Amino acid sequence: MSEIAIPRLGLVLLVGVSGSGKSTFARQHFAPFEVVSSDYCRGLVSNDETDQAATADAFDVLHYIVGTRLRRGLMTVVDATNVQRPARAALVKVAREHDVLVDAIVLDVPDTLAVERNETRPDRDFGAHVVRRQARELRTSMGQMRREGFRRVHVLRGVDEIGSATVVREPSWNDRRDLTGPFDVFGDVHGCASELRTLLGELGWELELDGDGRAVGARHPEGRTALFVGDLVDRGPDTPGVLRLVMGMVAAGTALSVSGNHEAKLVRALKGAKVQVSHGLEASLAQLAEEPEPFRDEALLFMDGLISHYVLDGGALVVAHAGLKEAYHGRASGRVRAFALYGDTTGETDEYGLPVRYPWARDYRGRAMVVYGHTPVPSAEWVNNTICLDTGVVFGGELTALRYPEREIVSVPAEREWYAPVRPLVPAPASREPSVLDHDDVGGRQFVETAYAGRVKVPEENAAAALEVMSRFAVDPRWLVYLPPTMSPAAASTLDGFLEHPSSAFDEYAADGVESVVCEEKHMGSRAIVVLCRDEDVAARRFGISGEGAGVVYTRTGRAFFQGPTGAALVERAREAFAPLFASLGSDWVVVDCELLPWSAKAMGLIRDQYAAVGAASRVVLPAASSLLAAAAARGLDVSGLAERTARRTADAAAYRAAYAAYCRPTSGLDGVTLAPFQVLACEGRTPAVEEGHLWHLDLLGGLDHPLLTPTRHVVVDLASATSRDAAVDWWSSFTAAGGEGTVVKPASPANGRVQPGLKVRGREYLRIIYGPDYTGSLDLLRHRTLGKKKGLALREHALGVEALTRFVAGEPLWRVHQAVFGVLALESEPVDPRL
Amino acid sequence: MLLTVSTTHTPARDLGYLLHKHPDRVQQFTQSFGTATVFYPEATDERCTAALLLEVDPVRLARRRERTPDFSLAQYVNDRAYAASSLLGVALADVFSTARSGRCDSRQELADGPIPLEIVVPVLPCRGGPERAHRVFEPLGWQVVAEPIALDEGFPEWGESRYVSLRLTGTLRLADTLNQLHVLLPVLDDSKHYWQGSDEVDKLLRSGGSWLVGHPEREWITRRYLGRRGALARVALTRLAELGDDTEETLEPPDDEEAAQPEEARVPLNRQRHEAVLAVLRELQAARVIDLGCGTGSFLRALMDDPSFTGVAGVDVSASSLEIAARRLRLDRMGDRQRSRVELFQGALTYRDRRFEGYDAAVLMEVVEHVDPPRLPALVDVVFGHARPGAVVVTTPNVEYNVRYEGLEGPRHPDHRFEWTRAEFATWCHDVASAQGYDVELRGIGDDDPELGSPTQLAVFRHV
Repeated sequence: MSEIAIPRLGLVLLVGVSGSGKSTFARQHFAPFEVVSSDYCRGLVSNDETDQAATADAFDVLHYIVGTRLRRGLMTVVDATNVQRPARAALVKVAREHDVLVDAIVLDVPDTLAVERNETRPDRDFGAHVVRRQARELRTSMGQMRREGFRRVHVLRGVDEIGSATVVREPSWNDRRDLTGPFDVFGDVHGCASELRTLLGELGWELELDGDGRAVGARHPEGRTALFVGDLVDRGPDTPGVLRLVMGMVAAGTALSVSGNHEAKLVRALKGAKVQVSHGLEASLAQLAEEPEPFRDEALLFMDGLISHYVLDGGALVVAHAGLKEAYHGRASGRVRAFALYGDTTGETDEYGLPVRYPWARDYRGRAMVVYGHTPVPSAEWVNNTICLDTGVVFGGELTALRYPEREIVSVPAEREWYAPVRPLVPAPASREPSVLDHDDVGGRQFVETAYAGRVKVPEENAAAALEVMSRFAVDPRWLVYLPPTMSPAAASTLDGFLEHPSSAFDEYAADGVESVVCEEKHMGSRAIVVLCRDEDVAARRFGISGEGAGVVYTRTGRAFFQGPTGAALVERAREAFAPLFASLGSDWVVVDCELLPWSAKAMGLIRDQYAAVGAASRVVLPAASSLLAAAAARGLDVSGLAERTARRTADAAAYRAAYAAYCRPTSGLDGVTLAPFQVLACEGRTPAVEEGHLWHLDLLGGLDHPLLTPTRHVVVDLASATSRDAAVDWWSSFTAAGGEGTVVKPASPANGRVQPGLKVRGREYLRIIYGPDYTGSLDLLRHRTLGKKKGLALREHALGVEALTRFVAGEPLWRVHQAVFGVLALESEPVDPRL
Repeated sequence: MLLTVSTTHTPARDLGYLLHKHPDRVQQFTQSFGTATVFYPEATDERCTAALLLEVDPVRLARRRERTPDFSLAQYVNDRAYAASSLLGVALADVFSTARSGRCDSRQELADGPIPLEIVVPVLPCRGGPERAHRVFEPLGWQVVAEPIALDEGFPEWGESRYVSLRLTGTLRLADTLNQLHVLLPVLDDSKHYWQGSDEVDKLLRSGGSWLVGHPEREWITRRYLGRRGALARVALTRLAELGDDTEETLEPPDDEEAAQPEEARVPLNRQRHEAVLAVLRELQAARVIDLGCGTGSFLRALMDDPSFTGVAGVDVSASSLEIAARRLRLDRMGDRQRSRVELFQGALTYRDRRFEGYDAAVLMEVVEHVDPPRLPALVDVVFGHARPGAVVVTTPNVEYNVRYEGLEGPRHPDHRFEWTRAEFATWCHDVASAQGYDVELRGIGDDDPELGSPTQLAVFRHV
């Protein structure tokens, strides 16, 4: 019984004449979708599995399917005769393009049997000569196939061997998804044995010493595993010491190491190949020459056996010496190895003669964390969920390790400069990458994973509108860590004279199982997100923004409030006003949700164009109509109905004008402008927006005392108590009658993802500027409003906003934060009744 | 909304015959958007006045239109119920249709001739103010009194509204008068939100009533009428404008460069700019060119006209500008070969984009000044660092030259985030060139003032 081992991720070609039993074999050993058959593809493109005229098109389709599956990381079996060399070569090429291994399984049966089988099948009406030709081609192929790029060619001879064969799937060498850590990942050591021992000690590792006091292994009491990103050797003072320790750890199973480019070159040198002895290779060769031969042999064997990258922890962690782009994770090919060892070289060299590398990490969008070394950097910094740990210990920098999954960075300084760098260590860049955002991050249809609402779909047409507004008007995306979601009103009230009333919101929350709610005053101004840092250094460190001040205040569409010096002055005043939060939250930065007052400060254009214009037109036309109607009545015409309606509309128009005028105050620059804060969205290490109840926020913010700030009045309602509800209704009635916009009702403590985060209940007079001056005359119609879509959007936008904050707080890459923020803006362009 | 027609023709009560509405009756006419009432507040033989009062209920009006939704708040809170808008034009045409045709069996002679008339529209939307009303109505033979209406008497600092109170007096044929109002009310209204399409007005415009043919403002009237935009395409943007407490106008894509300049200066400069950039592209022997920020595509058309440009791409962030560009280029009617030369797509210059790659030259014509200065490094990264075309051609205004434009205060276009002096532009260009591995050469476009330089600055970056 033969056991056939095929790659777990790879391509398998079945090879055999027509009638050799390939399809039957495939059915027995592989799942239906894993097998792509040429006959089936012929049928797809011609309605006839035997139509030879369709062969070229059929193979186009077959190659496309195979390529797509391999790109997606799926093992694939091709069921075709594959007896001709060009046919096999085309498939080997597809496998190469996707950097996977390819095996062949040859089913070798006697020609007579194949001919016999074909004769019994109604769809195989070709003659025996076809099978005999294929058999000749197969026999010619057998000798060549081993040189055609297959990892293995498995040959099964005869019906019995074919029938009894079993298939097993081997994981590739780099596939260590079974190891889940925790890990300590070490940057380039370069023979700095002493620093390595120190760093291991810092991290709690216990060294094992041999009789001569040399470290020959290490073990962590908590069972951590060490991962080395390669370049253990060369340049430094004690390459043999480093190798001895790491080899011991790897042998004992407490460490894994990938190969660096220096190991690869040292191996070639030790094997006697002609290599240029430079870049510290001379140090290793000299030091190893001092060692006994068995150690040298062992070290050569060890280094020669190092593979170029590992995929670990279920695919969440990838370690490679020079990093690895996502398409190469878990793949095996020459170019994957070259990338892992040398990086994405452009073929150019810089002024020091060193190869120029393409900054692949800037474009990285994968979910797996990629940890690497290779290029010395002054300090380890995250770039799109990737990190370089080579902090140049051998050049007098530091030896750095990353604790995974803690994402904690631990370094020890070099004891001295062991080797003079060719190129000075690049000083910390003055400002970071201006932009690492790509159109693909936001354009087209997107799906954003959120903790609160699962996968949120952002339709393409919404993204297009958002792109226009975002790119033309929004502040720097690095500031833009949040956009506020839309909010649904409570269900229409049935109470006489009211379209909205707090009791509807209370009923709705009670039905959702919420026991206590907070009614917050809804300020009528412009929504403002305030991002503040303790100083510009914090802005540079945490937000990556230099020379643009220590904060920003932006609108619901991400646009800065006020241009130029006024905008800067607002940030400065806000920093003064919110300064106590830095201490109370223990954070150097804070994001606060506010309303900027008065409305007219920002919305003057809108007021002038829309609200005041309606007021002006009504103010003039209605009295003119009334006087004409009076004249007609004096003539004895019956216009009483019309006159009455006109009088009522005159009163409505006056009430409408009063409603918008209440939110207009003359302001000049910042004079008269205030901020009404109501929620702390995020600060270092925390996302109070989801972690804390609303009273916590209101208490904290209420404790601030500064002329810039307007407090947010609120009451707490026990939904089970009629008295408590009535008191809240009275409170709402009194301040809406005095011109207040209304209230926002929110669950007092954080609720689950299906409960609305807030419901607005707007005042009767305020609603005139939303539903029109005369809306109170059409309540019968207006009560029939559908809230489903609005509520759905409110939940999804809330989930996206919170997702953006948590991603930012967790230090995720800019594009991940931006994707969620962009989603909010995109969903805000969704057509939904704007009066809601 | 309200309009009155008065006459002092003797006997004035004949107005009832001409309008086919009895002066002693109150008549109601149901319109799809409300109710029109005709009544006579005065009806003596000396003076007779007919009033047309249209009651519009925006709530019901909006509900009726739910099938073709315009999801902006302006649909609900608007002046339709008060101002003499296009709706009044439609109601007027309907209620007085016989009078408008000039037929009057009992008083045909009167209907055929001019009579003394007075038209009062208490609230007329008229962007451009009283001046515009004079220019539109006076050539038709009216004496015009147009009083501006204050926006809000409680806030005198807000100034005038876009409305005027209009009084027209003159001796004209009544049918002509009604037709004029029917066309001119929607034209003056200039609202972005139309609630009533009127094919009839289109027809009238095309046939050109006799009064319109000789009108000195004929061009403006026709353009304004036909230039109304379809609201639907813009809904998404309008919503975002409202959300940010902005007006839709502020989000308009920058269309006419140097919008703030007189036409005499604007048009030739625009042409010179196109010619200068085309000359540079030919000099560079660029075959594949991408116009970054192509707007409505006027430069793309110039590129398409020259077959030496084998690949032409237009990128803009405004989806509606691209739609206009596609129409201007007649993409849908292009032959396959031509069509394969050109590509249009939405993209933003602050987001890296693979589709920007692979061009011999990129054009940034009057684009950088529309980007906030802190976002410029992102644009540089996207265009120079990432797309890396063989050459980049940049044009931008020379702010020093602005003093040559009479009456120009502030930037040449309201959306300009900055305008550079020659020294500022040169510094930026050299910084970009040295950081990104390009050589740069600076030139000017337009007449070269010895002191101030050219109105437009041009930089040609070549990949080293």
